[in-house]
Amino acid sequence: MIEVSKLSKNYGEFLAVDALNFQVDQGEVLGFLGPNGAGKTTSMRMLAGFVTPTAGDARIYGHSICNDSLAARKIMGYLPEGAPLYGEMTPLKFLRFIADARKMLKHEQTAAIGSVVDTLQLGSVLQQPIDTLSKGYRRRVGLAQAILHDPKVLILDEPTDGLDPNQKHEVRKLISTMSADRIILVSSHILEEVAAVCSRAIIIAQGRILADSTPQALVKKSEWHNAVTLQFWKNSLSDEEIEARTAIIAGIANVKRAESNTIEQSITAFPKDGAAIIHDVNQLVAMMKWAPEQCRVEIGKLDDVFRAITTQ
Amino acid sequence: MSPFLAIAKRELDGYFTTPIAYIFIVIYLVLSGLLTFYLGGFYEKEQADLSAFFGFQPWLYLLLVPAVSMRLWAEERQSGSIELLMTLPVTLWQAVLGKFLAAWLFIGLALSLTFPIWITVNYLGSPDNGAILTAYLASFLMAGAFLAIGSCVSAANRNQVVAFIITIALCFILMMAGFPLVLDLLSAWLPASVINAIANLGFLIHFQDLSKGVLELADIAFFVLVIGTWLYATAVVLDLKKAE
Repeated sequence: MIEVSKLSKNYGEFLAVDALNFQVDQGEVLGFLGPNGAGKTTSMRMLAGFVTPTAGDARIYGHSICNDSLAARKIMGYLPEGAPLYGEMTPLKFLRFIADARKMLKHEQTAAIGSVVDTLQLGSVLQQPIDTLSKGYRRRVGLAQAILHDPKVLILDEPTDGLDPNQKHEVRKLISTMSADRIILVSSHILEEVAAVCSRAIIIAQGRILADSTPQALVKKSEWHNAVTLQFWKNSLSDEEIEARTAIIAGIANVKRAESNTIEQSITAFPKDGAAIIHDVNQLVAMMKWAPEQCRVEIGKLDDVFRAITTQ
Repeated sequence: MSPFLAIAKRELDGYFTTPIAYIFIVIYLVLSGLLTFYLGGFYEKEQADLSAFFGFQPWLYLLLVPAVSMRLWAEERQSGSIELLMTLPVTLWQAVLGKFLAAWLFIGLALSLTFPIWITVNYLGSPDNGAILTAYLASFLMAGAFLAIGSCVSAANRNQVVAFIITIALCFILMMAGFPLVLDLLSAWLPASVINAIANLGFLIHFQDLSKGVLELADIAFFVLVIGTWLYATAVVLDLKKAE
């Protein structure tokens, strides 16, 4: 369990992290979301023991990061932002160094290194200097050192940044398979990622928590959640007809407003308070004998929620 | 393996997986030889001692030790790997001492590779080998003192070139502290008692006693104290600046 209480960091006048409070339980994958410069990295660095908090504290399975940082670091795996590594070393030597520094015994080392090399498919590059590896491989070496000792807490700062879609998929799969019996903190500014791997998301901006919820619940805050879009056949309607139909749709009881797009020949109806309006819209379409090409319910865009929350 | 040894081993390994080690050792040995035989007049002296060799060691270190020490921390800070190192379950002291030890052992290795000159002088005459051993110890300690200073400067800088130049300047001042070159500069504003104290801090004065073969405990203690102080300063600087 991680308990963060009033964790703060300021650099001179600048308040990077402002009294964060939250708890994470075993089995949770917590996504840290926020614009660049929101304080995500500083918060993670404090938890990982790299940056000393100005005020407040956090306990990692009972170990204070201020007074007992060494014990906290023992049960933690950390992937710093950008996955810095020792470029002149080979992945094998590098992982041995990490294992030595973590006081793993020789026979444990062989088993642990074999296991992470398998998991992250590093077998073919073990003897090449890290500097000569591709970005994807380097990120995987960084992940390998973070999970080498099978840590109870895993902190990953932008683990998929700069990876191609296949590699991103692999990393997300890894996070999901590892999540059962530990705590994983992932920071990202890629929203689809949070929706894909996290059981909970915290949005921070200017060092403060602005939202703390499941990705599904966050999506529901979107204006687009349960909105209905009617797509008409290309060039079937004049601009005036589109505008007229938009006005009619806006008249439905549960519709807050309707928006037309004359170029796309589509109309979107936004519901009041996320109400399900697809049925009402369908009835209207049938009654008016409109023949749209398609009619779809929008799920909601995390992007919008993110923008709405972080630019308040 | 303890984290301290793991860090020292990794660091020492690093010297030999890059060309640094080979370039350093070759240049050091060639310069040592040239200075001893040409400028030092090893043969012309017709004395069975190595004063021609040891006299130039501090000057060689002044140039070459900062080249080793500049990367100790500046490189870690530049590449960001310091974040990786400091989030391992490793104490600050283990990291500072591990890296210092690796660099010191490396310079010790280079120094020990000058043994042919010791064989030469033993072949040509019968020198006082105890004195030579003491002088070797003095050289090793002096190199350690420069390294400790360099370690601290490197911790305070991201830029290796800046670290290199500042270290040379600092080492030069401390080396010459007992000489008019530095003392005259300071005597204008400082009281005589302070000047006296500074004069006693000069590295070269302590080195010269030892390199003549006078095994004085006070001189050894001086260098050990200098190393300890600057390594402590390294830890303090790192604690303050590691995340910047």
